[in-house]
Amino acid sequence: MSFLTYLINGISLGSIYAIIALGYTMVYGIARMLNFAHGDIIMVGAFAVFTAVSTLGMPPFIGLIAAIAICTALGLTIEFVAYRPLRGATSLAVLITAIGVSYLLQNLALLIFGSNTRQFTSIVTLPNLKLAGGKMTVSSVTIVTIVCCIVIMIALTSFINHTKTGQAMLAVSEDRGAATLMGINVNRTIAVTFAIGSALAAVAGALLCSMYPSLTPYTGSMPGIKAFTAAVFGGIGSIPGALIGGLILGVVENLSKAYISSQLSDAIVFSLLIIILLVRPTGILGKKIQEKV
Amino acid sequence: MKKLISVGLAAAMAFSLTACGGGSTSETTAAATTAAAAEAAKDDAAEATAEGGVLKIGVIGPYTGAAAEYGLGVRNAAELAANEINAAGGIGDGIMIELNAQDDEHDPQKSVNAYNTLKDWGAQMIIGSVTSAPCIAVAAETKADNMFQITPSGSAVECVANDNAFRVCFADPDQGRVAAEYIGSHELAQKVGIIYDSSTDYSTGIREAFVNEAANQNFEIVAEEAFTADTATDFSVQIDKMREAGAELVFLPFYYTEASIVLKQAADREYAPIFFGVDGMDGILGVENFDTSLAEGVMLLTPFSATDENSKDFTDAYVAAYGSTPNQFAADAYDAVYAIKAAVEKAGVTPDMSVSDICEAMKTAMTEITIDGLTGSGMTWNAAGEPNKEPKAAMIVDGAYVMQ
Repeated sequence: MSFLTYLINGISLGSIYAIIALGYTMVYGIARMLNFAHGDIIMVGAFAVFTAVSTLGMPPFIGLIAAIAICTALGLTIEFVAYRPLRGATSLAVLITAIGVSYLLQNLALLIFGSNTRQFTSIVTLPNLKLAGGKMTVSSVTIVTIVCCIVIMIALTSFINHTKTGQAMLAVSEDRGAATLMGINVNRTIAVTFAIGSALAAVAGALLCSMYPSLTPYTGSMPGIKAFTAAVFGGIGSIPGALIGGLILGVVENLSKAYISSQLSDAIVFSLLIIILLVRPTGILGKKIQEKV
Repeated sequence: MKKLISVGLAAAMAFSLTACGGGSTSETTAAATTAAAAEAAKDDAAEATAEGGVLKIGVIGPYTGAAAEYGLGVRNAAELAANEINAAGGIGDGIMIELNAQDDEHDPQKSVNAYNTLKDWGAQMIIGSVTSAPCIAVAAETKADNMFQITPSGSAVECVANDNAFRVCFADPDQGRVAAEYIGSHELAQKVGIIYDSSTDYSTGIREAFVNEAANQNFEIVAEEAFTADTATDFSVQIDKMREAGAELVFLPFYYTEASIVLKQAADREYAPIFFGVDGMDGILGVENFDTSLAEGVMLLTPFSATDENSKDFTDAYVAAYGSTPNQFAADAYDAVYAIKAAVEKAGVTPDMSVSDICEAMKTAMTEITIDGLTGSGMTWNAAGEPNKEPKAAMIVDGAYVMQ
């Protein structure tokens, strides 16, 4: 019975990683850059929900919508101001810029909200689920998170496969030059990618803080790194890869905490990453790209 | 000519710098003196009649900056205690206490500066410093001068590593021992679980002492789980483990920030054991947006509660004099002054003795006295400088501490 509890909690944690990892993997797949500021957009999303719900007293759903709007606008602004001018620059320059943006967001949050930890009020107000005659309690946040993750995955996959913008995104990720020749507006496509990634970050932030209710300006950084690991794990650039990577990471982390050592769980997770990358350098679902000689 | 001008300018600058430095020093002294002004006036009056002379005690603590709450509590309560003693005829044969409080801004370097200022003033013993890191820095200096030092609240082990230093609060690891004793002697639970932070000395030290003492107590440790600073937001597995092991009481030897998350996640999982914290739990009710009903029934080791019956006189006098409610640091300082009084009387110390002679006499006398203070009745000290007193615990009821 307890194994089932750990498994469900692991899947729920993995679902959050998967939603965050989507942001990394889409941006990487389409813009070929690692957006290290993604973790901090999660934090901004969480603060937006916190301010709307706990400070201004709005209903949680409205707060979530507001957070999605704020994060989308923020993602677009960052893309326009910091990344677009560097479109032709080396990937290293873009990476450093992304790290810079990440610190900028953290420090802005420190300046505005201070370093005190806040207790986040859960946006999920449903009652807990009781199984096996009350022996097992699954919190409602856990279930909502898993459901959210599944819905987002289905929506995103059909968006990419069945809409013009989605097809344009696929094309840009295959070959940017050829896509431009075919009349696809690459800048617009990349901007849409950032908008979607940032909106997902807002959802992830709200769910993350509902499950683990502490909110500081650094809230996003560790989950951001873990989700990036999940994206690499599943094969960066691949959307199903992000889901699989996130889930494996979450489950391994929780089970190793439960059955091996609560201190070593991170070490175990990252060692697993190293092993996977040794065996499959492109991740579980990553495409092997033949380099032309 | 140019050279001459530059030399002149440099000289002017150097002068202005020294002037600045001097100015600020005298300013802090002035501030400290005003703080003790009322009492100093009383001293002067008393001195004329008192034959015992004046014992000069320096007080070091943070009165500005992030830890100011702690330092101000200590300064005010020490002043309150000294005034009481002086008004009642002084120590022993009429020795009057004169205090001088210097600010260290919770900075080790400034703490040593404050100590040097006090030495120049003629301090014969030191109460301080209030926070651990500055206290350790000052302890090295007092050891070199062989000056008697008692810290109200420096809880790190190193604060009283030297034989001339004593403390009023429990040492960090000692809290683990006394928590286990408290749980055992009050029979709070048979099955106890521990969640601790393996990335801080504070938490691991308390946990180790707790486990060692638990072997002598009538309860069993059924589960022990750790977390680190990097994983301090998710306690779901640890909480599930506690529940699975059937822990009736969960010991949480870490700070209130993480504890607030543990309480929230345990409530989400509908797991409600007794949660038992140490001094790091103090502050849980102040976490922003924290639902204080979650902390209902939480117990913590704390030496002092302002609402307690035993501390009523002190609290009333403190509120009347300073307009705010005293905290546990204030209570520690109040006890420190009375401990000095008892030790001075025991050793027959007189203010005309040298600093080193006073220290030697006090060192022995401290281990021989017993005082009933705000933070514990029947307090005694050992030669290592550690207090021995009955641990006190509070339970949070209706969002306030209730002493048990």
